[in-house]
Amino acid sequence: MSLDKATVAKIAHLARIKTDDAQLDAMVADLNTILGFVEQLSEVNTDNVEPLASVTGHGLPLRADVVTDGAYPERVLANAPDRAHGYYAVPKVVE
Amino acid sequence: MSDLLSLSLTGARDALKAKKTSSAELTDAYIGAMEAGKSLNAFITETPDKARAMAKASDEKLAKGDGGAMEGLPIGIKDLFCTQGVLTTAASHILDGFKPEYESTVSQNLWNAGAVMLGKLNLDEFAMGSSNETSHYGAVENPWRRSGGDNAKLVPGGSSGGSAAAVSGRLAIAATGTDTGGSIRQPASLCGIVGIKPTYGRCSRWGVVAFASSLDQAGPLTRTVSDAALMLGAMAGHDPKDSTSADLAVPDFEAALTGDVRGMKIGIPKEYRVDGMPDEIDALWQKGAAMLKDAGAEIVDISLPHTKYALPTYYIIAPAEASSNLARYDGVRYGLRVDGDSLNEMYENTRAEGFGDEVKRRILIGTYVLSAGYYDAYYLKAQKVRALIQKDFNDAYQSVDAILTPTAPSAAFAIGENEDDPIKMYLNDVFTVPASLAGLPGISVPVGLSGEGLPLGLQVLGKAFDEETVLKVGGVLEQAAGFDALPGFLAGGK
Amino acid sequence: MTAEKSNLVTGNTGDWEIVLGLEVHAQVTSNSKLFSGAATTFGSEPNSQVSLVDSAMPGMLPVINEECVRQAVRTGLGLNAAINRFSVFDRKNYFYADLPQGYQISQFKQPIVGEGVITVDLPGGRSKSIGIERLHLEQDAGKSIHDQSPTKSFIDLNRSGVALMEIVSRPDMRSAEEAAAYVKKLRSILRYLGTCDGNMQEGSMRADVNVSVRKPGDELGTRCEIKNMNSIRFMQQAIEYEARRQIEIIEDGGTIDQETRLFDANKGETRSMRSKEEAHDYRYFPDPDLLPLIFSEEFVEAEKAKLPELPDAKKARFIADFGLSPYDAAILVEEQETAAFYEKVADGRDPKLAANWMITELFGNLNKAGKDLSDSPVDEEKLGGLIDLITDNTISGRIAKDVFAEMFESGKDAPTIVEEKGLRQVTDTGAIEELIDSVMASQAEKVAEYRSGKDKLFGFFVGQVMKQSQGKANPAMVNELLKKKLAG
Repeated sequence: MSLDKATVAKIAHLARIKTDDAQLDAMVADLNTILGFVEQLSEVNTDNVEPLASVTGHGLPLRADVVTDGAYPERVLANAPDRAHGYYAVPKVVE
Repeated sequence: MSDLLSLSLTGARDALKAKKTSSAELTDAYIGAMEAGKSLNAFITETPDKARAMAKASDEKLAKGDGGAMEGLPIGIKDLFCTQGVLTTAASHILDGFKPEYESTVSQNLWNAGAVMLGKLNLDEFAMGSSNETSHYGAVENPWRRSGGDNAKLVPGGSSGGSAAAVSGRLAIAATGTDTGGSIRQPASLCGIVGIKPTYGRCSRWGVVAFASSLDQAGPLTRTVSDAALMLGAMAGHDPKDSTSADLAVPDFEAALTGDVRGMKIGIPKEYRVDGMPDEIDALWQKGAAMLKDAGAEIVDISLPHTKYALPTYYIIAPAEASSNLARYDGVRYGLRVDGDSLNEMYENTRAEGFGDEVKRRILIGTYVLSAGYYDAYYLKAQKVRALIQKDFNDAYQSVDAILTPTAPSAAFAIGENEDDPIKMYLNDVFTVPASLAGLPGISVPVGLSGEGLPLGLQVLGKAFDEETVLKVGGVLEQAAGFDALPGFLAGGK
Repeated sequence: MTAEKSNLVTGNTGDWEIVLGLEVHAQVTSNSKLFSGAATTFGSEPNSQVSLVDSAMPGMLPVINEECVRQAVRTGLGLNAAINRFSVFDRKNYFYADLPQGYQISQFKQPIVGEGVITVDLPGGRSKSIGIERLHLEQDAGKSIHDQSPTKSFIDLNRSGVALMEIVSRPDMRSAEEAAAYVKKLRSILRYLGTCDGNMQEGSMRADVNVSVRKPGDELGTRCEIKNMNSIRFMQQAIEYEARRQIEIIEDGGTIDQETRLFDANKGETRSMRSKEEAHDYRYFPDPDLLPLIFSEEFVEAEKAKLPELPDAKKARFIADFGLSPYDAAILVEEQETAAFYEKVADGRDPKLAANWMITELFGNLNKAGKDLSDSPVDEEKLGGLIDLITDNTISGRIAKDVFAEMFESGKDAPTIVEEKGLRQVTDTGAIEELIDSVMASQAEKVAEYRSGKDKLFGFFVGQVMKQSQGKANPAMVNELLKKKLAG
């Protein structure tokens, strides 16, 4: 599989990274090199192999349903680039 | 001052206990060393005031005969660990000005044990890199230089490059690192120090800026194996805030350093003898095997048949997870925001300016391999091969106690040397990535010098949660190798 | 499935069938969030119920709330569904201002609950089975506020990370009415289980409705998804509008674009949602911060043993034991509190009479007054007391209505009102005969007409006697005695 410029542009948009034309060309080359490299996995026979998502081998630990956190809006908002009236502020969204 | 700076972590601990020095004195020496070593660019943020205050508190405890395992010992923290009220950058522009309102579990464990914070250490941006050249705060310089003529500045390895350079150049007595595919072990090897990546789940990931969640693991970079044992013991432990943290007691790692490997079986995996491996690396490997044999271990040839596929597997799984982990850097709640006319434009501008090229490459690859129509061919396939790689190790550990391999395929290279070819850079991790995929512990110990006078390390891998064997075998290698070469730059002088 | 004639919609080109499938998001009743220890209370100050995990600070990690898992299992059992003892949390990746992680933790390939079925109650006592495809646990997003500033949207993360159950139905519904019945029934089950408060106004329960139309017997048409319906009435309006819109487009030779739409309640229209125009590629993959959720068969069995009697079982029991009609039974079991109220009233009394009084008088008055059963001035005991007076002939059914109105107004009990107002029924033969005599005396002409064969005047005499008694005379006795007297 080889990526073309349009596909890379689509991926860049999915990832919300603005990419100009020259950058796209460079990315196409880099990404194809990397994809070419990982392509060798197709040689491996993985029939009947269960995918491994985590090496831990144990199940999900559960926590008790108790309120232990929150109630500190100042800490939550402390690093916000823009805030107003206790909210995060972002450019207006039209639904 | 050079006397103080030449103390190892355990040596300094003993000196403090014996009241031969104070934490204030030791810390001041390191604050001076940080100043002297500025040219290495190892620190992103120095916190001398905090260090002095912590040292003072430690001295009070030490005076009373109290104090934790790391009491009064000044260390550096890789700038991937969130530190409350102290700028935390992940070496990325996108975290501009970010001061966490919380402290990572691992760094908190260290402070609870009495350690003193010198500052935040440079790294590859979001820990993505093997040379520390992708940092927004500039490349870190390896304290070592090639012998004979060529005075090129060398990389310290990565991603924990600032940590390795600082410990090697004596700007910190020890440092934390994180290892996703080799980011502790490879820089340790390139800087001539010790670095251990414990078993996945041994150290909490809570408060560590995530790169690839199923692989990330914290560990120490230190001057000696016993230093590593001491510091790992302070960092590790079960954390209910991390669902992947192992609910296991932390052993006394220092006690594991018995120096006795008699009767132990050490595997030598034939697949690690990769094409184009420099002769001197191969020779070092054989030398290491001989040392262990001399110490009474049995050397066993083993096979890890899917080794070759570890790197390509890693370069699907790690970017896939990263593409998702890094989605939160969107200019809304912290860090950089580059305005735009719409929300989407703001996102795109912020992330275009905030992320460097390597991070972007990995986000895009990761986005692609997870996207509709490609998931099975790439991501699912990689997860299956990952299962086979883990099985290789499980099979091997039926017959051996530990595995010996080189840590990296080469000594430190020059800054800028491998920049143009991502694959060539990725190959730095060829020996470290397989154990990362299997979640297994591994240590790098300096064993010899390259022809150019640069340090080379060997890697000891162990079974899951058997860091004790890894440390024990590493300790024997360290003892036998008697590596005592020093880098060209050394704070406080030789 | 063959199309039911009554559900078809007539267009210019013939009849159309509406096909509906619902995705209901139900907020899990729990103290803290799905993956963080922040509170879930509704209506707090902005960003005051937000942890560092919910605001997706770097390095923060999710830890699952056991109660949310238990609630999902209980709900699955209540929906007669398969419980998956091994399930997986995935990340659904997309960017939005109120989605701080840049992904929602959800369940994609392996949800906690699999296929189930519920029976919904339709008018006329009919019922229909609606298939449940799956139920999974996921995080709610925060809230974007768009109308406070001309240039900015504001983000409140209080809801961010609250546990939701997404309950996905099969496309088994064929009318807005059926969809409404489905939501009502689902709400009823969840409230019985205590797994969701079902409060649609506060957004604890919202439905996304997939609407398509087809000619009966045809393949499924292209669907549009109407997002975030938080009122059953609006949902019905939206479905009817949307189906009509689709039919008109197709009949005009157009085709339906698969898209997400919003319902504008003011205009009564659906419109395309601009922010959702872009094709999504959610890139689901197992969340590496979490591990598979695994629990034992014993856990499931223990939860099953603890389930309350659910509406269907209760309805069946009311029909079998109390002889109620399916329609009445369905009304009485919709809310657990109503059913409990009814059982108290019916205890030791005529259950049908109890049902009639509750449904007609009590609910009627409550409705008019805009009150809930919980703040009804007439409680179980008082209503029972009134029914007792009817049963022992102390008052007639007619008088009982007046007594009830007075009870509802004053909160007094029935015997007190009957005594105070002297409403006790007259059952004394002599007294009734006196009344009859007096009426016959004043209506001699009518008596003559009756006796000459004008039978239908009998009702007139009954009315006159009852009027004279101010409604208190026992109607059966009046009938009997009047017949005798008129016969001469």
